Amino acid sequence: MRWLRRNIVVIAGVLTLGYLIVPNLVVMVFSFNKPNGRFNYSWQRFSLDAWKDPCGVADLCGSLTLSFQIAAWATLGATVLGTMIAFALVRYRFRARGSINSLIFLPMAMPEVVMAASLLTLFLNLGARLGFWTVLIAHIMFCLSFVVTAVKARVMSMDPRLEEAARDLYAGPVQTFVRVTLPIAAPGIAAGALLAFALSFDDFIITNFNAGSTVTFPMFVWGSAQRGTPVQINVIGTAMFIVAVLLVVGGQLVSNRRKKTAATT
Amino acid sequence: MTITEAPPAAPATPPEPPVRKASTRKRLVPYWLLLPGILWLLVFFALPMVYQASTSVQTGSLEKGFQVTWHFATYWDALQEYYPQFVRSLLYAGTATILCLLLGYPLAYLIAFKAGRWRNLLLVLVIAPFFTSFLIRTLAWKTILADGGTVVGILDSLHVLDVTSWLGWTEGNRVLATPMAVVCGLTYNFLPFMILPLYTSLERIDGRLHEAAGDLYARPLTTFRKVTFPLSMPGVVSGTLLTFIPASGDYVNAELLGSTDTKMVGSVIQTQFLRVLDYPTAAALSFILMAIVLLMVTFYIRRAGTEDLV
Repeated sequence: MRWLRRNIVVIAGVLTLGYLIVPNLVVMVFSFNKPNGRFNYSWQRFSLDAWKDPCGVADLCGSLTLSFQIAAWATLGATVLGTMIAFALVRYRFRARGSINSLIFLPMAMPEVVMAASLLTLFLNLGARLGFWTVLIAHIMFCLSFVVTAVKARVMSMDPRLEEAARDLYAGPVQTFVRVTLPIAAPGIAAGALLAFALSFDDFIITNFNAGSTVTFPMFVWGSAQRGTPVQINVIGTAMFIVAVLLVVGGQLVSNRRKKTAATT
Repeated sequence: MTITEAPPAAPATPPEPPVRKASTRKRLVPYWLLLPGILWLLVFFALPMVYQASTSVQTGSLEKGFQVTWHFATYWDALQEYYPQFVRSLLYAGTATILCLLLGYPLAYLIAFKAGRWRNLLLVLVIAPFFTSFLIRTLAWKTILADGGTVVGILDSLHVLDVTSWLGWTEGNRVLATPMAVVCGLTYNFLPFMILPLYTSLERIDGRLHEAAGDLYARPLTTFRKVTFPLSMPGVVSGTLLTFIPASGDYVNAELLGSTDTKMVGSVIQTQFLRVLDYPTAAALSFILMAIVLLMVTFYIRRAGTEDLV
């Protein structure tokens, strides 16, 4: 009983972790399932069929490619625009600062469905054709604020004396920016870009409103929840999971090694 | 509001450059930096709100076109017809937020104070779910909560389902297609958004404060109540917002894990907009939802300050 009392936090924490992780495990296990009907919800028997033919379902891999394209462009757009805003906010004093802060904060504090619906009214009123471009516009819009936040945090914690030192050593403004400022801000920009990519790639609600008949990967999954879930969805989910884990572990190893070499030199 | 929050504001403002007569070109630099991004937000975030406001007071039909007639009755009608969905959305989102706090706090505490060298691994495990598309993971709950499955079997044999059925959260020995399944999905989907801000604010607490409290004969529970929890309030506030706001507008969980009796307001907006094509009603509903959320957010901002949240 005393043991229980002492370790209650650990037990509760581990249970929560289990709650977070179990669905991922289910997705993985069910990528090896061979369902009887159209839906892949109950375990039948082990099979590698879906792994051998991940694109075996019509439109699945097309939607995946489209999602990658949109996420890549949205990341690029949001990162460039967001980084510029972040620098302006930290480095300069100017008027209308409060309203600009609110404008950046509001998209993050708005339920997605509200942004999705209002953006659709705009597009409908303008008579825009829904598709790739409307989705891209929407994604850049909602990723922007998150990039600003990530980059801003990094630039704020930067030591301004480093740039002064560069200027004292006769570096021009451009040189200072490219060789001093940008490398220091890089981790923040990278974090913002990663976040933007993840948000864009996984977005469903805003995309669903503004995509017209264009089908991204989340929309494909949504549609299949009505028509029948192919095992291939789980295969792609599992593959994405493995790739992401490898990237995280690899990144950790690289940064550890860098720290070590930095410590020895 | 963020995971990577900035350090205290003191060193944040770089020393103002010596005030020489800055040329006009130089003074315009911040505006040029802001222009494209802010323009993007104005045109594709702010302007749509105006369009939506105007759509909500229009009348007409799809064939004849819609005209602004200042028909505010749409709001009243929409509220009257769909208030169950509104109440349900707030109720489900609120319950999910409280559950996230109750589940997330111990884990954030564990990572911040007790994990030692496991800290990074645990943090990765918290964000690991994001590596798979959330729709696929939400569908996995259909398997986990399936009728006659392991989870339902255990809950049934512990007589938990009798209690929850009596409360109206489940029906008979089903969990799927009940309010409990929807709340379970909402809690699951937004839990990391609670844990991460909690963790950042807990991690910043000076461990010596705990020792000091202990030295002054505070018992662990008292230390938590009087020292740790108050200091983690910023995390609690941003975690609650980050969970409640998206949960209140979500319709994915309600559609995938629920039934027609568990529809949330997001579903209604989506159906009105994309299938019924009754734009004024949809716009009005969306506006009411926005108003409710904004009221909540301003209430919080009053207490925390914008600069802290962005």
